[in-house]
Amino acid sequence: MTEQQAGKTQSATSSASESSKRRLQESGADKLSSLPARRSTFQVAMANPRVWIPSIAVLLLVVLAIIGPSIVPHDPLRINSGDMLQGPSSTYWAGTDDRGRDLLSRTIVGTRTSMIVAIVSVVFATIIGVTFGLVGGYFGGIWEFITMRTVDVLLTFPPILLAIVVVAFLGPSMTNLIGVIAILYMTRFARITFGSVAQVKRREYVEAARVVGAGNTRIILRYILPNITAPIFVQISLTVGFAILLESGLSFLGLGTPPPAPSWGNMISAARSYMQDNPAFVLMPSLMISIAILAFNTLGDGLRDSLDPRLRQ
Amino acid sequence: MARYVVRRLLQAVAMVFVVATIVALAIHAVPGDPVYVILGEEQVTEARVEAVRDELGLNRPIHEQYFEWLGNIARGDPGNSLISGRPIRDDLILRIPRTLELGLSSLIISIIIGIPLGVIAANTRNRWPDIFITSFSVLGLSIPVFVIGPLLILFFALYIGVLPTSGYVPFGEDPLRHLSRLALPAISLGILSAATIIRMTRSSMLEVLGEDYVRTARAKGVTQRSVLMVHALRNALIPVVAIIGLQMGTLLGSSVLVEQIFNWPGVNTYLLTAINQRDYPVVQAVVLLIAIVFILINLLTDLTYAFLDPRIKYD
Repeated sequence: MTEQQAGKTQSATSSASESSKRRLQESGADKLSSLPARRSTFQVAMANPRVWIPSIAVLLLVVLAIIGPSIVPHDPLRINSGDMLQGPSSTYWAGTDDRGRDLLSRTIVGTRTSMIVAIVSVVFATIIGVTFGLVGGYFGGIWEFITMRTVDVLLTFPPILLAIVVVAFLGPSMTNLIGVIAILYMTRFARITFGSVAQVKRREYVEAARVVGAGNTRIILRYILPNITAPIFVQISLTVGFAILLESGLSFLGLGTPPPAPSWGNMISAARSYMQDNPAFVLMPSLMISIAILAFNTLGDGLRDSLDPRLRQ
Repeated sequence: MARYVVRRLLQAVAMVFVVATIVALAIHAVPGDPVYVILGEEQVTEARVEAVRDELGLNRPIHEQYFEWLGNIARGDPGNSLISGRPIRDDLILRIPRTLELGLSSLIISIIIGIPLGVIAANTRNRWPDIFITSFSVLGLSIPVFVIGPLLILFFALYIGVLPTSGYVPFGEDPLRHLSRLALPAISLGILSAATIIRMTRSSMLEVLGEDYVRTARAKGVTQRSVLMVHALRNALIPVVAIIGLQMGTLLGSSVLVEQIFNWPGVNTYLLTAINQRDYPVVQAVVLLIAIVFILINLLTDLTYAFLDPRIKYD
């Protein structure tokens, strides 16, 4: 049995096993215009504390990334050779680093670096991955082979190693970083979209659209894509967490954001030799990375619970 | 089943070939002339430039370079380091056991922590021990290893002073000092996969504890301890074993960071040093090695899954 046939069997059994009630709900939802349906999904999700609590944290991080540089107490790049490795004080709330730069300001501005790299790369990853999944899943055959085998090759490597190799050959820069993270993580969106398309494309309403003469592009964009958004949103949140992890990991190794621009990863790397002099040097960026990843991971898990009750444990 | 194994094996071989090709051609992706990138901005003689170009085979047609490199790799000889001039094979033979030792110790630590905590969490579902253990596992999954590592150094090495901050001492030289230097890197790496194993054990145990045969065992008066250990755990461990396979891949990826944090002289620090020195033959050899190991781990995990779960379609 080929994978495609396996997909057919799977979707056949899953639609057969679903209660008629669920099917009625779905066809009902399809008749409504997409706007009110989406708003109610949003309301359902926001009623769950495991969604709205991390949402607030994510919102705060985004706000900090946007307004951070204008609210910092000191210039994050200014070297004060007289104030090296000071502990927290009224001038420097979190103390200073090995070059006398204000740690609080650097940590806040580091938020912007991490968030820009993570969010921009995930936007690209989503666009590329969803396109791969839609094309491979909808057209099948040679398209399935091209898209899904590309994904398989990319998944051959642990992400951090592939990123290290690419940066090793192309050199570290923000553009290369965003590019490599986007390509690495588009695999997650491609796989999820591919799986969902395989199930949705044999539903009655897709068949109906085809019968009344809708073209492939219209079917994909109007009938398939709107019905597979829930798992994609879950994945976006989880992947931003992974992207933050990868960006800071590479910066920690000196292969990500090039100094002197502050990023959480290169701050921790610099702090390793001075941990006893000012523990806040290592603790501040550590805390921010952990909060950011925790927020996006919890949001992703919470969204999964709310948007797809079948996956609830 | 046999057909599935053969097909999966062929896939793995094809994958190794694809990766080898990409690695072989990667040097041509270096912006500018790779020889000048390697030698840097310093004043170099024309003779030195030509020597390095010759060493890398860059003065010959691309297909010749490619087949020669593949041939050398197939014979197990990836050439010499451009910087030290030593055979890469000798360096790898020295360093592979160190990376393996770190990986295996952290895997053992994560199993020793993960499975018992997962069982306890499932057994005390939604009560304090469970909430505590589940939070620990969420934190373990969210705190990156390059945060855990420095924090462990800060606490155990700098404040309490019971363990050294980093470094490496060969086992043959002083077993105790060797192990004391292995402890922190292995724990940092172990916490990461312990978190995943806890999650998997807990959810798998909860699923099994709801099965009819567990209820039957309870009904005939089997003690709680015996229900957990004999009836539930053995069946619950099946998916956990498969997850442990996947964890080996994650550990391999994260060990780059851990070796760097603790100056552990394994394969990964070799790769990072080579990257910083633009020692491309070493980079190519190590990347290919890691890819092959990763492909093997994936292969073994898939085959283990297939053996353990008869519902997987083989053909």
